[in-house]
Amino acid sequence: MLALVRQGAEGEGFVPPSTKDFELPPIFGDNPYTTKPIFLVLLSVVLISVFFIAASRKAAVVPSKLQFAGESVYAFVRNDLAKDVIGHEFLRFVPYLFTLFTFILVNNWFGIIPLLQFPTMSHVGFAYVLAAFTFFVFHYIGIKKHGVFKYLKDIMFMPGVPKPAYILITPLEILTFFLVRPLTLSLRLFANMFAGHLLLLVFILGGEHLAQGALALKLVSPFAFGIGIVLTFFEFMVQCLQAYIFTLLTALYIAGALADEH
Amino acid sequence: MEGTLNLVGFGLAAIGPGIATGLIFAAYINGVARQPEARSVLQPIAFLGFALAEALALFGLVLAFVL
Repeated sequence: MLALVRQGAEGEGFVPPSTKDFELPPIFGDNPYTTKPIFLVLLSVVLISVFFIAASRKAAVVPSKLQFAGESVYAFVRNDLAKDVIGHEFLRFVPYLFTLFTFILVNNWFGIIPLLQFPTMSHVGFAYVLAAFTFFVFHYIGIKKHGVFKYLKDIMFMPGVPKPAYILITPLEILTFFLVRPLTLSLRLFANMFAGHLLLLVFILGGEHLAQGALALKLVSPFAFGIGIVLTFFEFMVQCLQAYIFTLLTALYIAGALADEH
Repeated sequence: MEGTLNLVGFGLAAIGPGIATGLIFAAYINGVARQPEARSVLQPIAFLGFALAEALALFGLVLAFVL
């Protein structure tokens, strides 16, 4: 796949990786809906389903290794994310948070899994959709619990603030709830995956380019590859962290919408 | 030399969030060192603060490519 995209890199000097490395050609003919990220999303859904169905099928009091692995992930989302943040009403949000967490986690991992090596979320559209889901979920919950009027009033006119301060606070609050929250949520995930993939490309393609150079450059190239490997582990950490943060923020927004006053 | 000044701008824009992230984790480490049992309470707060500070750096990154 990479060879297809980087044809321009042959021959002349080193072409630094850029946004063009993310524009992958369609796999089947000219159909723009058959690019690599789309297949990766489908693959992630299959992988997650198979894993958790297999893990929960022969559920026993004394868990097998697989069941234990599946339950650990579930317990992490349920206890550390949902229960601690949302409080006593947490149980009905666990399915959403759990799906979000596993989906983002596996799609991020695709960035460093050999042969796949493309984080789905480095295409901003996928991140936008996930943020839109969260956006609708927390507003829906808030409106359902408080009613449209009271919910919007609580957002715009935060209780317990001196009246003149509303001139400053009201526009900021509206901006925060309706623009900044979904935008930061999606851009954070996208930009992290994008920057991480670009970073790996710089070191690994750079190492490859150095290996084709003069003798002195050949001696340096293993270091570039070495740093590339170290950064791969760093990326693994970032990928887990981003899945955690996306889910944590979703839980916080839901908790905020459920709270009696914002 | 080729390239765009946007990337220099991004480098400058990343200073603030860099310092912010350092301060957040310094405070988190301090808190956990003083009171290890508070770790589970502090962890989500620290990561939330980190995520919010980091978002600014990432806006810079996105704008460096978009503009």
